[in-house]
Amino acid sequence: MRRISVTVNGERHEAEVEPRQLLVYFLREELGLTGTVVGCDTSSCGSCTVLLGGESVKSCTLLAVQADGADITTIEGLARDGELHPVQQAFHEEHGLQCGFCTPGMVLATVSLLAESPSPSDGEIRLALEGNLCRCTGYQNIVKAVKAAAV
Amino acid sequence: MSAPARKLERGRVGEAVRRADGIPKTTGEFAYASDLQAAGMLWGHTVRSPHAHARVGEIDISEAVTMPGVHAVLTHADVPGTKLYGLEYADQPVLAFDRVRYYGEPVALVAAEHPEQARRAAEKVRVEYEPLEPVVDMERALEQDELHPDRPTHEPDHYRDDPRANVVRSILIRHGDPDTEGDVVVTGEYELGIQDQAFLGPESGLAVPDGDGGVDIYVATQWLHVDRAQVAPCLDLPPEQVRIHLAGVGGAFGGREDLSMQIHGALLALHTNRPVKIVYTREESFVGHVHRHPARIRMEHRANRDGKLVCVHARVLLDGGAYASSSTAVVTNASSFACGPYAVANALVDATVVYTNNPPCGAMRGFGAVQVCFAHEAQMDKLAAALELDPVELRLRNALAPGDVMPNGQKVTGSLPVADVIRRCAELTVPEPEPLPRDSLRLPGGSGNVTRGEGVKRGVGFALGFKNLCYSHGFDDYCAARVRLFAGADGALAAEVHCAAAEVGQGVVGVITQVARTELELDDVTLAPGTTSTVDSAGSASASRMTWMVSGAVAEACRAARGELGARGGTLAPGEEIDVEKVYRHPQTWPLDPETGQVTGERAHVAFICSAMRAVVEVDTDLGLTRAVWIGTAQDVGRAVNPQAVLGQIEGGTAQGLGLALMEEIQTRDGLITNASFTDYLIPTTLDMPPVDAVLVEEPEPDAPYGAKGVGEPPTVVATAAVAAALRDATGRDLTRVPVRPDDLIGL
Repeated sequence: MRRISVTVNGERHEAEVEPRQLLVYFLREELGLTGTVVGCDTSSCGSCTVLLGGESVKSCTLLAVQADGADITTIEGLARDGELHPVQQAFHEEHGLQCGFCTPGMVLATVSLLAESPSPSDGEIRLALEGNLCRCTGYQNIVKAVKAAAV
Repeated sequence: MSAPARKLERGRVGEAVRRADGIPKTTGEFAYASDLQAAGMLWGHTVRSPHAHARVGEIDISEAVTMPGVHAVLTHADVPGTKLYGLEYADQPVLAFDRVRYYGEPVALVAAEHPEQARRAAEKVRVEYEPLEPVVDMERALEQDELHPDRPTHEPDHYRDDPRANVVRSILIRHGDPDTEGDVVVTGEYELGIQDQAFLGPESGLAVPDGDGGVDIYVATQWLHVDRAQVAPCLDLPPEQVRIHLAGVGGAFGGREDLSMQIHGALLALHTNRPVKIVYTREESFVGHVHRHPARIRMEHRANRDGKLVCVHARVLLDGGAYASSSTAVVTNASSFACGPYAVANALVDATVVYTNNPPCGAMRGFGAVQVCFAHEAQMDKLAAALELDPVELRLRNALAPGDVMPNGQKVTGSLPVADVIRRCAELTVPEPEPLPRDSLRLPGGSGNVTRGEGVKRGVGFALGFKNLCYSHGFDDYCAARVRLFAGADGALAAEVHCAAAEVGQGVVGVITQVARTELELDDVTLAPGTTSTVDSAGSASASRMTWMVSGAVAEACRAARGELGARGGTLAPGEEIDVEKVYRHPQTWPLDPETGQVTGERAHVAFICSAMRAVVEVDTDLGLTRAVWIGTAQDVGRAVNPQAVLGQIEGGTAQGLGLALMEEIQTRDGLITNASFTDYLIPTTLDMPPVDAVLVEEPEPDAPYGAKGVGEPPTVVATAAVAAALRDATGRDLTRVPVRPDDLIGL
């Protein structure tokens, strides 16, 4: 077991973890943050996307021990004081989701994109979200949602 | 046409309403089946067959039960009730005995404290297999040894007795005089690979023993009550001791119609007297649910010089894989829609589904219509070329319309605006070709394309899709809804609706609340969780039936509640309540005559939907890479209950049809799946999907509540055919197989 210290959604956590534990399982099972979901086990689908120091990463590609000292934001950490984050609001308003399984990952990947590029073109949006699969929407309303959330 | 008669408040039928579950799904609070937990919970794991076909001998669990953390290891000997289950025909073992018939078939179960302990113990279950030659070719299956002792064709219930080996069901439709000749004849042979639903949330569920011998199962499913009907006999329990509750569903698309972990979880939970959770990995999900039937289709179209179809012959062969699942209904649908939405006076349709040792196939969005659409639309283009007619014009000349008789003898009634959807789609503006050179991201293959686009050719395709709504052929299809009307402390009325309809992402919870608000003229409407405990069956979230059926049931229950309210003087005292449950049935359907394939009553299908689609693609003919540029579509929706949600269904359904045309295929070798992951089974990404311009054609369906038709399937039915047509236009190739592979597109 290895001791790690991570800040998740502004809250500091000290934990003993197995060196082989993936970050996504640490978040889901140790911290109970089940908004980060597992869709594929092969880092293909992006459903487990979180922000690590503000950048989107697939939390199944990272061991929990690699996140030692990191500042992590999961989907549960976006809304403030009961107010949806603008990206969450846009996904809701623009019907950017159906089953919703990809949504936490899509929303966080979008937050990361907009931090780098506040007014992305359709092409930039599609390129930025290429690593996040959605099986329900055909992506059109996801692109609309990102544009709506952009400046 | 869809304009409401009076101004409605926000949130009623016909308005664009935000999803009721939109906020919890964007905040991460929404609990999918894989997120559930219970105190003292164990983790279940399934031991699966590594063989596609083998005799099963001794199963030795002695080492597995001694592994750390293990609480139970179960085999077929531990199934207390019936050993077989199935959606329409019980032929699938709960746990294999005597034989395994497909790769990944469940053989034993393990429950342990930790999922990894369960997996480790599963590896220690020793199963003695004697491998047998797998039956893997759907054509040869008709002559090889029988894989099952009994099969649906042996049932007397309206099935044609087919003596050929391994036939699950065959349909022969004779319409008019199939020997009628035409001036022009085109023939073609077509093939489709196995498509997977590839929903993003793998199969999951939690089974909780109730301490009284019964069990509660929280699961991602499409039809709670049919799950119960299959689970209870295997557990040897009366239905009321098995309660199925809908957990959050991460997509379905037909793949959750069959059981996954339900019986297995319940067996482990009842055996250990502990809650047991089972979550499939993605690899297990690929082997653990049924797929879209692969098909081989031969068609011959005969027409006169004026472009009128005079006779169609269609031979459809579907590979059902190891177990029946919903194959008996899929093959009937394939036969019903083999001629497409075209009026043709003479036809011979021969559709057969067989057992093999390939992955089991069953329901997937489009349900038999996708396969035949790919074939009949290729044929219509071929015919247009032979007649030197515009493909759109040829389709208009043959468009099926109310009053026409289909090959199965059913006269089309109600709304079916085939010519309208053709015209409306054809009117859409096709984007101009993009000049070269250009950013490589906008070339076929994207950044992987290092050319300047020298080999890029553009193609435009047009296709029509056609399918039924609701369950067919005499199935007693119904939906129940219950409404509780009560007064709050301030005397204000509020309502709670109970309906067991599965919200799988399609938005049925929104439809239910919109209908209730409309009928009750009340905004304070809440929807209770979906469960078998408080309300009768809603039927399946499939066959594009849920909007129609819940609208009927919820409206009836609401009207009854309002009637009762009126009888009580229009108000309720605090604490007083009205509680009514109503069952809605759509117009009756009849089975086909097993010998002639003709409907034995008025309707074989309740109603129909159609869709037209134009696709623009680019093909790099040096590299075999493709880019879908644009899709325009006009879809018959009856009336859009929630236009925003309807457009979402059309865009998403289009993506799945495009996926089958361009990339999606379960690969097998001797029955073994070789690409059970998202690195090897590709589904469209943001870069694969073009923008979709969708037009809603609203011609209300007279038999449907509010005139609203289901909308989920037509885009998937038509998109594969439309994209394939565009690829043919770009390359000049016949492209008779989907998914189209890079090799099919090069060396022109």
